[in-house]
Amino acid sequence: MALEKPYLDVPGTIIFDAEQSRRGYWLNQFCMSLMKADNRDRFRANERAYLDEWAMTEEQKQAVLARDLNWCMRTGGNIYFLAKIGSTDGKSFQQMAGSMTGMTEDEYRAMMVGGGRSAEGNRYVGEDGDAQAHRQPQGAAGAAGNTNKEGN
Amino acid sequence: MARITASVFTSHVPAIGAAMDMGKTQEAYWQPLFKGYDFSRQWMKDNKPDVIFLVYNDHATAFSLDMIPTFAIGTAAEYEPADEGWGPRPVPKVQGHPDLASHIAQSVIQQDFDLTIVNKMDVDHGLTVPLSLMCGEQDPKTGSWPCPVIPFAVNVVQYPVPSGQRCFNIGRAIRKAIESYDEDINVHIWGTGGMSHQLQGARAGLINKEWDNKFLDLLIENPHGLAKMPHIDYVREAGSEGIELVMWLIARGAMSDIDGPAPVPKVAHRFYHVPASNTAVGHVILENQ
Repeated sequence: MALEKPYLDVPGTIIFDAEQSRRGYWLNQFCMSLMKADNRDRFRANERAYLDEWAMTEEQKQAVLARDLNWCMRTGGNIYFLAKIGSTDGKSFQQMAGSMTGMTEDEYRAMMVGGGRSAEGNRYVGEDGDAQAHRQPQGAAGAAGNTNKEGN
Repeated sequence: MARITASVFTSHVPAIGAAMDMGKTQEAYWQPLFKGYDFSRQWMKDNKPDVIFLVYNDHATAFSLDMIPTFAIGTAAEYEPADEGWGPRPVPKVQGHPDLASHIAQSVIQQDFDLTIVNKMDVDHGLTVPLSLMCGEQDPKTGSWPCPVIPFAVNVVQYPVPSGQRCFNIGRAIRKAIESYDEDINVHIWGTGGMSHQLQGARAGLINKEWDNKFLDLLIENPHGLAKMPHIDYVREAGSEGIELVMWLIARGAMSDIDGPAPVPKVAHRFYHVPASNTAVGHVILENQ
């Protein structure tokens, strides 16, 4: 009997289940390595060479080099692990999360100060909330062609 | 006999720790949040426990994808603040309570819950931010936390994560375990993490104040009912990482009214604020009557 996965129809969301975990094992282990200052230095000095030490797929490496966290997530990354790439870059968690929406940093921060994103229209795929795929990108960063064309 | 006198519930957002570490707590953005903890810091001084049993989640820090324990109890003598990529937080080491922790591990496993026993690990913001919020700034070298802490890490990172019901039930088992410890000590149990939490994807920044406040109502008044809420409701209503809230049910399950004739605990303090970085912040202090 198939496993129950009721979370597959939540828009703009990838749940890190066993399938994602298998896909992303080496990508996430690479992220863990950035908890050591020496490794952060080596990564900063030559990102490509450092990534080549890991059994990641070429697509995962490209996603990391592009700092496209949505792309990293699609290839099995988990946000708690990916955060270590952002911290290596000196970014706050808000900057990292914001980068996944297609908004600029200011746009995203303003949304949060204004009370955050509404759950209305964002509970199921196919509704009309701002996290739905047909409403991406959400802001000027995405409009400039940077990120999140698929809304995940 | 040891007893649980109170439970504390709070978010553990990393940016809160960063704001404290960088001296930004009086900035306009952060001031309303920290004001919500003024009461709590005084309360901690007036109600100092002998031990804190602190339920939190490890954020891919001590546990990578190499090992993913569902419930892990720290039985070590001390724990270092972890380097999560920004360098370790400048806060004191956390002293453990190996004797009580080992006693709880033995008792809870004998009550049919499988715990992973951890004798060596670093602790991340999930554990240190609640301590900072409740105890205020501490010098990393000369300062110290008010008492020993038993870390209890719950997997809410890789699905499936434990259900609310299982968390609630393990809280009940922890209470029994603590009450069977011979020494006459006062224990607080803390549940941390969560409130509207969507940290990823096009849906990042989801905040659902109505749902969060309903959760707090139910946590206080109807925890048995709240324990039955399925995971998917947390995800749809409070965000993919909103699932961290199941950990609050562990602390609530350990309160006296759950299995005994005791009255509903007194709400000493309740606070809610948006935003802290990407999320909402919720906070409650309950005292056993």
